[in-house]
Amino acid sequence: MVNAWEVSGIVAVVAGVVGFFTVLRGSAFAAHAIPNGAFAGAAGAILVGGSTLLGLGVFALAGAMAIGLLGRRGRHDVATALALVSMLGLGALFLSFSDQYGSEVYTLLFGEILGIASNELAPTAVLGTLCILAITFLYRPLMLSSVLPDVGESRGVSPFAIEMVFLAVLALAAAMTVPVVGTLLFFSLAIGAPAAARSFTDRPLIAMALSAAIALLVVWLAIGASYQTDYPVGFFVGAGSAACYTLGRGFAHYHRLRVA
Amino acid sequence: MSERLAVKSLGFLFAAGFFGNQAVHIAIAIGGVVAIVAGVVGVFTVIRGQAFAGEAFGDIGTAGGSGAYLVGVGPLLGFVIGNVIGAGAMELIGVQRPRGRDLATGIVLGAAIGLGALFLYLTVTGSNTTGATQTILFGSIFEIASSTVPLTLVLGLIVLVTIAVLYRPLLLSSVSAEIAAARGIAVRTVGAFYLLALALTVALAAITIGTILSTALLVGPAAAALRLTKSTPRAMLYAAGIGIAAVWIGVVLAYDSDHWPPGGRTWPVSFFVVALVFCAYLLSGVPQAIHARRASARAER
Repeated sequence: MVNAWEVSGIVAVVAGVVGFFTVLRGSAFAAHAIPNGAFAGAAGAILVGGSTLLGLGVFALAGAMAIGLLGRRGRHDVATALALVSMLGLGALFLSFSDQYGSEVYTLLFGEILGIASNELAPTAVLGTLCILAITFLYRPLMLSSVLPDVGESRGVSPFAIEMVFLAVLALAAAMTVPVVGTLLFFSLAIGAPAAARSFTDRPLIAMALSAAIALLVVWLAIGASYQTDYPVGFFVGAGSAACYTLGRGFAHYHRLRVA
Repeated sequence: MSERLAVKSLGFLFAAGFFGNQAVHIAIAIGGVVAIVAGVVGVFTVIRGQAFAGEAFGDIGTAGGSGAYLVGVGPLLGFVIGNVIGAGAMELIGVQRPRGRDLATGIVLGAAIGLGALFLYLTVTGSNTTGATQTILFGSIFEIASSTVPLTLVLGLIVLVTIAVLYRPLLLSSVSAEIAAARGIAVRTVGAFYLLALALTVALAAITIGTILSTALLVGPAAAALRLTKSTPRAMLYAAGIGIAAVWIGVVLAYDSDHWPPGGRTWPVSFFVVALVFCAYLLSGVPQAIHARRASARAER
């Protein structure tokens, strides 16, 4: 149970920080597609008896690169959709070859946060730190390229390079998250928390910190609620994220009315 | 002589029993219908940049479908209701602004996924049918009950009629919302009706052929078609054609794959169809690339 608090805390902070840029850049589809498609890598790893984390990582990264490369010359959402279905198609093939069907799929999709083993803490912590470090180093160019891509380009920040690097960070975050909390929980956190945070403040650093805090609060409350009621954590995270967003929108609306 | 050769090569293409199998008949028929509807609707999905919503409806509908298991309603109805509610919620948050679209879809998807987790949990612990999870998630074109065929056809027809009625205002407001608004088109209403048509299309596709193929057929053929032609009606025709070809070839290959390694089981149809759609998309870029190269060569001269 202690592991669940720690691991989910790391995941929440990473989701909140990476999610801030996801929302800012309008990359919600990629944030959905990469972890979902990476799940095919886990299915492949189960089939050949390899490490699930490695399978997830390889597929997440391959998917992210495919989205970036296909999106360079085509519509971005089309590229994302095609990369996603290609990975899922492979996943369906892997699953049809392997006999371990039911419970593992369910676990990968929804996570098994209350059953996190202590040896999962270290890889999560390492990958999570990597994600945060990457965002810290990239903060200025990433911010510039996300908000004012033209200005960024004139200052030598290539939008394509930034997109590829950001997608790689997203892939890293996905690979670390999926085995512990499932593909679905990460997505809810990475969209709901930053979207809510942005309605409360216009200042990017504060919004990012607030986003991480909201994500942390939602996850911990969800774990507590799940422990009490025995309902899945994913349900409480999804409901909590949506509730935070609604609250944020309500606040922004009220604020606008008062200013006007 | 040549006749025997033809029969032999046909036998090589179509494994024994292909034409006598009722599951194959239904797969070919429903797969074709879904490919047509998805192709037509998909052209607008790609033009309007709503591929994410198309993919999200697969998951939102899944939540509705698992909710339907709980209350004992048919899964198709659950999918449709789930998606209609989802479309309403997206519209409420504000999908009409391109910038807000991505976020609105994401928020609704996140909430729906959470609900889906709850419904699945209640279903699985309640009746102990783990099999339900996979059926909802992956679907199988070979396991379509013949009783769902009429309802599928009706839904498909409703979607096609909606698109036909909306065609002109929808096209104009998809290409330029400002011009459409200036001409007195209710851009938001048109967009909402389109979102509803998209929601129905995905419900129909996901329940029959699974969520993976629903996204693949909605986005892939239409995106390929739009790279081949500038004319929207022609793009719809191409998209439907590419979709039908992918589904039918996929069904044939899956039926044949019984004899392929590792043996004893067929490869999933979704794998073949996705691979074919992906190849079609990549190939559709070739004429454009050749054209661009010729143009740049001419410019150099």
